Amino acid sequence: MSTVNPPVVFTQDELGWVSWIDPLPEAELTERHYAGLVDRARAKSEYFRLLVRDPEVLEARTKTDKDIFYNVADGLPRAERELAAAATSRYNGCIYCASVHARFASTYSKRRDDVQRLLDEGIKADLGERWNAVVKASVALAATPIAFGPDNIAELRRAGLDDAEIVDVVNGASFFNWANRLMLSLGEPSK
Amino acid sequence: MMGTQDIIDTLAGIEPGSTLDAIRARRLQARENAQKSYLALFEPIDAGDFSLAERAAVAAFVTGLHGASPVAAFYRDKLAATAEGAPLLDAINAEIERGRTSGPYGAYPAGPLSIENKAGLIYRVSPERKPVLGARLVAALEHAHLLVFHPRDAASADMKALLAAGWSATGIVTFSQLVAFLSFQVRVVSGLRTLAAASA
Repeated sequence: MSTVNPPVVFTQDELGWVSWIDPLPEAELTERHYAGLVDRARAKSEYFRLLVRDPEVLEARTKTDKDIFYNVADGLPRAERELAAAATSRYNGCIYCASVHARFASTYSKRRDDVQRLLDEGIKADLGERWNAVVKASVALAATPIAFGPDNIAELRRAGLDDAEIVDVVNGASFFNWANRLMLSLGEPSK
Repeated sequence: MMGTQDIIDTLAGIEPGSTLDAIRARRLQARENAQKSYLALFEPIDAGDFSLAERAAVAAFVTGLHGASPVAAFYRDKLAATAEGAPLLDAINAEIERGRTSGPYGAYPAGPLSIENKAGLIYRVSPERKPVLGARLVAALEHAHLLVFHPRDAASADMKALLAAGWSATGIVTFSQLVAFLSFQVRVVSGLRTLAAASA
């Protein structure tokens, strides 16, 4: 059992993650598990070796994730999909997920300081019309009961998003309501 | 095994040939794998660690906590149609009413973020319904409520509570995936419905 040193602020630094229940040992992984991991290299990750206890669900989840974020043949720029993920994670309180996707948002947007303000100031940080609309829509979707409504659509359209790009926001933000709950409840981040 | 009906399209009311159908088709892998996720959770190869009735009960509870919607109605009907689940329907409905609140809330690790801590309902199943639900589902509903409304409060002790109630590590993983997947599905459906209505 490694020593856990939990982060107490939102950060773009790289964090580790420690499982609270036993992941499968790498030596016990079969081809069924590797199919679930999708990328064989993920066998090195404690998080994925935990989720691979249900390989069929992990495989489908991973492929959903990859298409929502990496398929940039058209639609919303990657930076803004990552912004939706980071904003959702900031609002739900997932320090680990926020760190990963804030880093990606910074990498793809070259707006590291604005991304850091989202982490430091929270979801009310003023990041300009377009980013504000994406953050606000993501936050409205993350609320329970869901608060996403016609005003969010109108705001995204005013900011220049077309319907396909709005669906990318909906997919990206919704997906992080999936990811945040796994990361927050099955283990914890460590510096 | 693959159902022909795409569950998100069905719940969001997306018709073949519509604008949203075409937009969803541009993320075909995501669309197909959201569907495969649903099938892997609700028509699994092996339900030994998490029974089909338990899955339906947790799904009805989780989606019901989000408020009335076509998604909540779908999973309530699924529970009603499950032989061992149907007798649980009244208890689940009553627990949904007791569990409804607004999220996300919860506490951060002690430090600068503590000023953002937000208190909220710590839900526990009503003692009178524990006998009909049984220890496994009582623990599952209590943990599901935490995942829905205040996931940042989750702690290692919650895993121990599930293990103590008879859940295996593999069962906990599938159960957590089911609650988290539904948190995704209910939002995608809501977002797509809102967009369709705004475009009508």
